[in-house]
Amino acid sequence: MLHIKDLSVSINGKTILKGFNLDVKPGEVHAIMGPNGTGKSTLAAVIAGREMFDVDHGEISYRGQDLLEMAPEIRAREGIFLGFQYPVEIPGVSMANFMRTALNEKRKYLGLEPLSGAEFLKLMEEKKNLVEIHSKLTNRSVNEGFSGGEKKKNEIFQMAMLEPKLAILDETDSGLDIDALKVVANGVNKLRSSENATIVITHYQRLLDYIVPDFVHVLFDGRIVKSGGKELALELESKGYEWIKKEANGVAAN
Amino acid sequence: MEDKSNDLLEEVTGGEYKYGFYTDIEMDQAPKGLTEDTIRFISARKNEPEFMLDIRLKAFRHWKTLKEPRWAQVEYPPIDYQDIIYYSAPRKKEQLQSLEEVDPELLKTFEKLGIPLEEQKMLAGVAVDAVMDSESVATTFRSSLAEKGIIFCSFSEAIREHPELVQKYMGTVVPYTDNFFAALNTAVFSDGSFVYIPKGVRSPMELSTYFRINAANTGQFERTLIVAEEGSYVSYMEGCTAPIRDENQLHAAIVEIIAHKDAEVKYSTVQNWWPGDKDGKGGIYNFVTKRGICEGENSKISWTQVETGSAITWKYPSLILRGNNSTGEFYSVAVTNNHQQADTGTKMIHLGKNTRSTIISKGISAGHSNNSYRGLVKTTRKAENARNFSQCDSLLLGDKCGAHTFPYIEVGNRSSIVEHEATTSKISEDQLFYCLQRGIDMESAIGLIVNGYAKEVLSKLPMEFAVEAQKLLSISLEGSVG
Repeated sequence: MLHIKDLSVSINGKTILKGFNLDVKPGEVHAIMGPNGTGKSTLAAVIAGREMFDVDHGEISYRGQDLLEMAPEIRAREGIFLGFQYPVEIPGVSMANFMRTALNEKRKYLGLEPLSGAEFLKLMEEKKNLVEIHSKLTNRSVNEGFSGGEKKKNEIFQMAMLEPKLAILDETDSGLDIDALKVVANGVNKLRSSENATIVITHYQRLLDYIVPDFVHVLFDGRIVKSGGKELALELESKGYEWIKKEANGVAAN
Repeated sequence: MEDKSNDLLEEVTGGEYKYGFYTDIEMDQAPKGLTEDTIRFISARKNEPEFMLDIRLKAFRHWKTLKEPRWAQVEYPPIDYQDIIYYSAPRKKEQLQSLEEVDPELLKTFEKLGIPLEEQKMLAGVAVDAVMDSESVATTFRSSLAEKGIIFCSFSEAIREHPELVQKYMGTVVPYTDNFFAALNTAVFSDGSFVYIPKGVRSPMELSTYFRINAANTGQFERTLIVAEEGSYVSYMEGCTAPIRDENQLHAAIVEIIAHKDAEVKYSTVQNWWPGDKDGKGGIYNFVTKRGICEGENSKISWTQVETGSAITWKYPSLILRGNNSTGEFYSVAVTNNHQQADTGTKMIHLGKNTRSTIISKGISAGHSNNSYRGLVKTTRKAENARNFSQCDSLLLGDKCGAHTFPYIEVGNRSSIVEHEATTSKISEDQLFYCLQRGIDMESAIGLIVNGYAKEVLSKLPMEFAVEAQKLLSISLEGSVG
């Protein structure tokens, strides 16, 4: 589904990703872990198409297409979803209106008729139940005045609405209490299928107790320095990132 | 568009005038320039009673003593007032035979606005099929109003049919001595609308100029007068949300509203005249004086305006709150793009006790445009317990545009409370990217964000107006972020 090969990315002349490789197949959940400032969020932003980054080298193919040639809104309509670390507020635009616009633009792109108001409301209720959101958050302006937990739940709700093929969750666990974390993780788990894939970017192992990954990658200094199964996350938790840093520097020294 | 402005220039400046001044009765146009003769000509052509000619001449003599105001935050070359044609009878535009002959750009805009096909034809000047008989619609409409004693007609008709009402109220809110453009309008006004709601009557429908017979081609010097008698109510809408490309360069209109005891008037307008092209060539100069007076106790007047057109807008719909416990409201969205300039706002003059006013102004600037809010809130010595709340927000798109706020506050007594809040913000890259990532393209994203920002004002518009105004906002800002 997603093949990233030898990707180098910089911003304002500073290289952040340095020869990054990753392969994701349908049905898989990949966790990308690593200390702060190693390029985790940059990776998410580049896949989603944020223009402030320069891709200096390498390629990304997504379902057989050259992803780097696609505009960000086309990537979204083709099934890429980014759960933001810091969801932005859009005052005066109701969540329902926002989602309906997004959903209908996607449907138009796929050659489908737009959903009617009634169909849309029905779908929204269904998805709210699926991700266990019972608040009136869809009547409120996009993320405006939402608590940290509400913002993250709202990301998962949007993911449920848009049914992505590839979801990237960027530090979705940051700032969540344990109850909110469970809600978010349950939502992600319910949306998992053999057709879609998820990349979970996280700093802590905690989230991976609830979203069990097939693969864990450790990102350090712009590249993956260690990959493994879910046990790797536990090992990191007990040994800390220093261990990886030493190992990575050792590799570099050789 | 450049061609159009050149045509206009030629029409105004070039060409020899073929006919003498008084002799040719067939003539439907005054020679260019402004003299007492021009005014006598206009008044005669309209078969006006003597009193109207007198008012026009007084206004003209006063106007000659005035200087054009230049205090607004707008720039434009000097206007030669002797180089303008002040009267041109409504002429039928050349009719096109089918929509295929219409400028495709215009059709694209119609489509985005969702205007029905028959209406598109009418707006673009294509011969309309019998399907839409607007005259008959208008006739049914007027007879149901007449049953309630409501008068809704053109200003010229009102002068002829209801001279006593016109004489009683015209110029009582905006006298010709008010300002340069008000004097000019009073001297040469061509036509406009007249609304009279009798005591205790609630207008059963929104009055819209769209339905008025002869609403088209009222010309560049319009005049509107709305009188609401005791305990009456009316919601009046002016303007057209379709992009009519009026070719008059200078517009100077007057709107007067009088609300008696317990009466309420809602005035909504959407203005989208030709703003000129991307380089700032052409476009309408819109210098308007709009004012209402809450004459009686517990009366209420609210202005709601959406301004997206014109090269230059100079407009301050104001209210005088004379009656005790009267209420004034001003809700405004002003959009400027490319090289447009807008200097707009309001004046709330509190004279009566316990008077209240609310001002919500939302400016949106894009391109190289300049957008200014200018407002005065004044409470006099007698206006005990007067209250005002003002909120003036500016939204910037890009870094070449300007937003300016000029609030003036004069408080004349100790019991008044005047609050003013102002914010300036930009559409952030983060907001746009968030929308893009959900599959919403750039133009729709800007439309969403801008409409969200202006929601407080748009929600005050009558329903059918609101929907079109929302689309209009997006269209006005097309190509402003790239």
